[in-house]
Formats: sequence, C-alpha cells, structure tokens
Amino acid sequence: MEQIKLTIDGKTVEAEQGMTVLQAARQAGIDIPTLCYHEKLTPYGGCRLCTVEIEKKGKTRLVASCVYPVEPGLIVKTDTEEVSKVRKMVLELLLPLSPTGPIESLAKRYGVEKSRFPGEPTGCILCGLCVRYCEEIKGACAVTFVKRGTERDIAFVPEVASAVCPVCRECFPLCPSGKAATLCLDGTEFAPLA
Amino acid sequence: MAKLHSAKDLQNLKQYVGTHNDPSVTCIAVCSGTGCQAYHSQDLADAFTQEIASRGLQKKYTVRRTGCHGFCERGPVVIILPDEICYLDVNSKDVPDILSQLLKEDKVVERLIYKETESGQAIARQEEIPFYKHQTRTLLHDNRLIDPQNIEDYIALGGYSALAKSLSELDPQKVMQMVMDAGLRGRGGGGFPTAVKWTSTRDAPGDPKYVVVNADEGDPGAYMNRSLLEGNPHSVLEGLIIGAFAIGAHQGYVYVRQEYPLAVQNTAIAIRQAHERGLLGKDILGSGFDFDVTIHRGAGAFVSGESSALMTALEGKVGEPKPKYIHTSVQGIDGKPSALDNVETWANVPLIINKGVDWFKSIGSEGNYGTKIFSLVGKVNNTGLVEVPLGTTLREIVFNIGGGIPKGKQFKAVQTGGPSGGCIPASLLDTPVDFDRLTAIGSMMGSGGIIVMDEDTCMVDIARYFIDFLCGESCGKCVPCREGLSQMRRILENICMGEGKEGDIELLEEIASVMKSASLCALGTSAANPVLSTIKYFRDEYEAHIREKRCPAGICREITAYYIDPEKCKGCGICARNCPVEAIGGAKGEVHEIDQVKCTQCGTCFEMCPERFSAVVRVPRHQVQSAADHEMELHRR
Repeated sequence: MEQIKLTIDGKTVEAEQGMTVLQAARQAGIDIPTLCYHEKLTPYGGCRLCTVEIEKKGKTRLVASCVYPVEPGLIVKTDTEEVSKVRKMVLELLLPLSPTGPIESLAKRYGVEKSRFPGEPTGCILCGLCVRYCEEIKGACAVTFVKRGTERDIAFVPEVASAVCPVCRECFPLCPSGKAATLCLDGTEFAPLA
Repeated sequence: MAKLHSAKDLQNLKQYVGTHNDPSVTCIAVCSGTGCQAYHSQDLADAFTQEIASRGLQKKYTVRRTGCHGFCERGPVVIILPDEICYLDVNSKDVPDILSQLLKEDKVVERLIYKETESGQAIARQEEIPFYKHQTRTLLHDNRLIDPQNIEDYIALGGYSALAKSLSELDPQKVMQMVMDAGLRGRGGGGFPTAVKWTSTRDAPGDPKYVVVNADEGDPGAYMNRSLLEGNPHSVLEGLIIGAFAIGAHQGYVYVRQEYPLAVQNTAIAIRQAHERGLLGKDILGSGFDFDVTIHRGAGAFVSGESSALMTALEGKVGEPKPKYIHTSVQGIDGKPSALDNVETWANVPLIINKGVDWFKSIGSEGNYGTKIFSLVGKVNNTGLVEVPLGTTLREIVFNIGGGIPKGKQFKAVQTGGPSGGCIPASLLDTPVDFDRLTAIGSMMGSGGIIVMDEDTCMVDIARYFIDFLCGESCGKCVPCREGLSQMRRILENICMGEGKEGDIELLEEIASVMKSASLCALGTSAANPVLSTIKYFRDEYEAHIREKRCPAGICREITAYYIDPEKCKGCGICARNCPVEAIGGAKGEVHEIDQVKCTQCGTCFEMCPERFSAVVRVPRHQVQSAADHEMELHRR
C-alpha cells in the first residue's frame, strides 16, 4: 500500500492511501472528537464534530475529517479558532436534545456550559450509528431513518425489530445518549410505522 | 419514421420538411406550456382547429400547440406566424374574431393586442412588445415555432445539425475545445465551467461514464427548466448527445421532477422520436457512436437537485447528499464518472457548435458569456420567462422587461437564487446579473428565479419563509443544517411575533457562519443566505421588530393592528361590509371603529378603504392595545 505523508498539527504523519484524515490522525495519536463515527462502519459525515482545517495550495477550508481522504502534502490543523467555533456550535445545538451523558461532557470540554437553544430532550441526535450498525454489521435493517429535514427521526421497522432487537441489542452501547436502548425496550416503539 | 443513417440524410429530411411547410399557410401558434394550459389553452387550440375546419380553411391556416412563449402574465398567448402578431389573454370566444380579422387581409383584433401601460399605444408584433423587445432569446426563441411533440418541427429549424456536425466534421476533442473556448458555465447555479467538468469526467478512471440532465428544478417560483424541457426537449437532448460524444459516455439520464408531468411526457416523446430517427441508439447518424437516454423521475425532494443527492436517487436510494470531497464528475452514479449539468446548460451546447465560439462570446459580459433564462415572478407587472444576456442589470430585468411594480407601489427587493440565494435591495438594482457579481453581493444566480418584492413585503417574514422551506427540504443528515435551520426558524418566528430579543440578530449570524463553513452539502452551506442577506441590507427591519415590536411593512400579524383614523373616516361603510369577521362597528355615516379583539389582521379594510379617504392605517399592535387598555381603565373608573 502506498504511503502518504501529510502534516497534522505540525507533525509529519504517515498514512496509507485511501485512509481518511481522521484515521491518520488517530493512528498518530492525535485526538479528534467524533459522535457519528465508528471504525467498523462506513463514515457518515453527519455530526461535523470532527471538522478540521485543511490547507491546500495556500487555501484553507474546513472539512469533515472522517470522510476527507488523505493526500500527499496536505496540511491539517485540528485545533484552530474556526474549528473550535464549529465544534462549540455543533455541541450547543445538540445539547438540548441530549442534555446528559457524553454530549454534556464533550460540550463542557469545548466550553459550552449551557445551550442558548431550547429543544426537546429526545435523546436522539440522529448520528445514525444504530441505523448503520444494524444495516452494515447485522444486515437486519431493523432501525431506519424516516422523514427529512427538521422532521428527521429514527424508527424501528416493527416486523423486523420485534424479532431481532430484543435478543440483539448490539447497538445499545454505540448510542451516544443511550437512546437506542430506551427506544428499543419501550414496547410502544414497535408499533407499526405511521 | 425512417431512420437517418448519415448527416446527409438529416440534411435531406430538413429540406423535405421545409418544402412541406408551405410558407403561404398561416400558422396559429397557441402556447401550450403549463401556465397557459392552466388557462385552458388546449381548449383554445381545439376551438381554432374547429373554427378553421368549419370554415373550410385548412389549406390556409394551421394550428400549432407550442411550448411556453414566456409572457405568462398575459396567457393564453397566441402568435400568428409569419407576421408575429401577438394576442394576449385569449380565450375560446375570441377565436371567430381572430379568424375573421385574419381573413380581412391580416387585420388584427385590437382588443387582444398589447397596450402600453402609460401611453396606451397598441403594439401588435411580438418583437416590439417591451417585454420581448428587451430580451435576447437564443434558447427560447424557437419555442413558438415548435410543436415539442413533433421532432420534424425541430429538424426543420436546423435541429440536430449541431450533432451531425459534431459527429461528422468534428471529433470529441474538438467539441470539448469549443465548449471550453466558449467559456460556457453551468446554468444550475454554481457557474462552474462546463468543459472543465466534462474533461474531469472524460479523464476520470472508470467505465461506463454517464451524462445527466438535472431537471430537478425546485426553487419556489422558478420554472425556466420546466418550460425549456416542455417546449423544446430536443434542444436539451441534442446537447446531451453532443456532450456524451465529447466525454465518451454511452448512457445518459434525464432526472426530471415527477411534479412536471408535461416535461416528463414531452421528453419521453422526444426520446422515442429521436430513437426512431436514429438520433439515439446504436450508430447514431452512421458515425459508429452509440448513446441512449433514460428518464428518471424524481420523487419530489428539493435536496435531490444537489449533485450527489441526485445521483444517490438515481441509484434507487433515498436522495441524500453524500459527503463528497471527490466530485461526482469523477465518482458519481455507482461510483462511476458522471457529468451532471442543468437543462439550460445542455441546451446551449448545440448553439455553440452551430453558431460558433465567437458568436457565443459576443453575448454576455466578461467571463459570463451567453444568455440566461430567468423566471420573473412576484410583485412585477409582467411575470414570465425572460432570457437576457448575462450581465444585464436587475433594473433592466425588473423595469424594462418586467414593467415595474404593480399598483404604483415602491420596489423593495429582489430575491435571486431561490432558497439558497439572497435579497438584493434597491440600491443594488444596477448590479449586472452574472454568476460572480451576485455572489459578491451575498446572493447567487441559482438556477434563475427572480422574485420581485414591493413595499408591502416584510424582509424578516421573507427570511422566515425561506428558512421554513429549507427546514422541510433539508435532508436532515448533518447537524449544522438540520439543527441550525430549526433554531433559526424558531428565532425568526419569535422576531415576527414581536418576541425577539436583543442579541437575536447576532445569534442568527453566529449559527449562519457555522452552517456556511461546516455543513455537508451545498444546500446547507448556502441555506443561511436568505437570513444573512436580509440582515445585511434590511437590518433596520429586524431591529424595528425586536426593539419597537413593529413590522415596518405591516405584514407580521401578531404585532400589527389596523386602525381607523376618526379624522379621516367618512363613515362610508365599505370596510364594515367587507370585513370577514364583522369586527368593524359604526353605522353608515358614523365614524367606524375596529374591534381589536375580533380583528384577525387580514387587511381587507386597509385594501378596501377608498384611496381618497385612506382612513385605515396599519399601526404597531401595542399602540392600539395600550389605547384600548386605557379606555378600558377609564371605563372601569
């Protein structure tokens, strides 16, 4: 496999062709926070928490490191003012949905003590980890996204979920807010889709 | 239909069709675009056919159902060719008159022709009507001459000769070079150089390669792609085939909205007829080049106009954008190189091949060559489809072509670029409309919607409208777009209801900046434009809502009240009679008064009060509220 050299936070890092910036950084021991990423699953690019700044041909821009492929000579900065502005806002937007647990501690880490936004604490931040795990690893597709835009939600496919979920429960620990477990163990969620 | 096996065959067919179109036969071209059809233009065309038959005039007159003529405000539009007499607002009852006058040595029916608003001067010829006179119609010109369901009409006008030329006289590289030299830029909004995109698809590894027409036009008020595809589908197909030849693609798709049934139908007929003529399929015009096209009907998601979402939808999945740091031109449908261009971009290609690079570059402004079709809608006298050279100023479009603002009202702003665009104030009316300058002033070209707004428009309400639209049309995948839009909508709704707080404007800007820099696709990165541009140019309106609880345009109902000035009211009773909720008291001859509790702020009284009295005024709600409270207090004492 071809080796690629790039710079992350001033450090020269070696990565394999086809890796993402996030993988290269983590391999080199550089931490980038994520919510919708899981090494076993196809990168999703949804939470945008892994946003980093890249420099190419003298131009800088923000990209999601979990989906951005490594390139020779790429200069990556994981901790600039712009980057933390994005992370702070993302966490502030998510905090009302999931006010306790991992989101809360991440928010604190990025200086968000209290969100300025109201919201319903549904627990679900629509990271899609359960949806993708169920599809890609289990091949069951018991949980899926429904609707779009601000109405987007996850729902169980009752016929499948009622058989699979009670015995599987493998997505529970993936859920950043423990919502999957609540949803699954609450029998009402197996009611037919509207 | 006989298959054409060479460029020569096509030439012969053109001549054959040409000689069979007897120039002494007068053609009555009835607009059968969606707009005119809604005004029963199909019945009108039937009426013409019957009247001609009943008078036995079939040898003298023929009826052609064509695509959109553009002057939608005054439809149904009928054009008598070759004299180009343009009749407006025509209905079936006018048919006998039109024919009788035609028989009298081509006299016109005065009541149906265009009259100048100010001078009252009557103008019969289409090209002289100001709406048309100030346009440069290179793409839409043929709409009135073509029955879109008849390929021979297109061929008679030289259709498919650019394809024949590309296949027989040019080679793929030469075609590519011509499009490159012409500087054609994508008409879908981004203005990306078309040939650069084509080249990357051509050079990208992977087979097969695809070419795709993006007809997923979804901006509110925009219908230029629709009209082009409905009215002249072969021009788009011809461009697509030429593009495929240049790129080396053998399969194409037309991704068209399911909500555009006529466009779907006419495109399907066009594809079938092109097949029958050997202009699609194997060995096109004997050149050895194979190419086929499939229609894919979009299932109605605005976001599917975004390139990666469109291709995901084409693959049969939910139309959601993919995180793409590799362009779809390199990895598109099924990961294969796919060149996606807007309807209008493809339709420009045959013109460039036929008329040449120099001709194309003689239209437009530096770096922005050719024309652009806009759908001019909103508070403007002449709504319709407008085609002008790129670089034409907004003022020319809105006032010279659009005829200005109805009812003598003041111009306030134009919104360009759809939900991702911005609102441009009167002070920037002289901005030339091209890709770069619109972006520079915080809006964008988009696919070409221009919405004109007058003094009765609240800019905060407009921002709220577009954000609300996007809340429903975002895919909802990434956090900045989904949650950012949701919070923006909440803040804007609060402001409109008079519940805005100091700091709200800054908070909107803060969310907007993150949406812009960190969203997953172009919908998200541009979604804040309606908010940012209205804050930039109409900040005072936001401040009036927040600080004074006042909507300057009097649109936001929760903070607006209607009030009858007792000094001015003559007690005529018109307002009271028309009030739908019977909120206006006072007998005839007495001063009227509005019961603020019953009033729903519909504004009927404001509209109905005779101009010479102008007794009904809009005031901030809290003014009448405090007056009412005061009165109540007095009453109690």
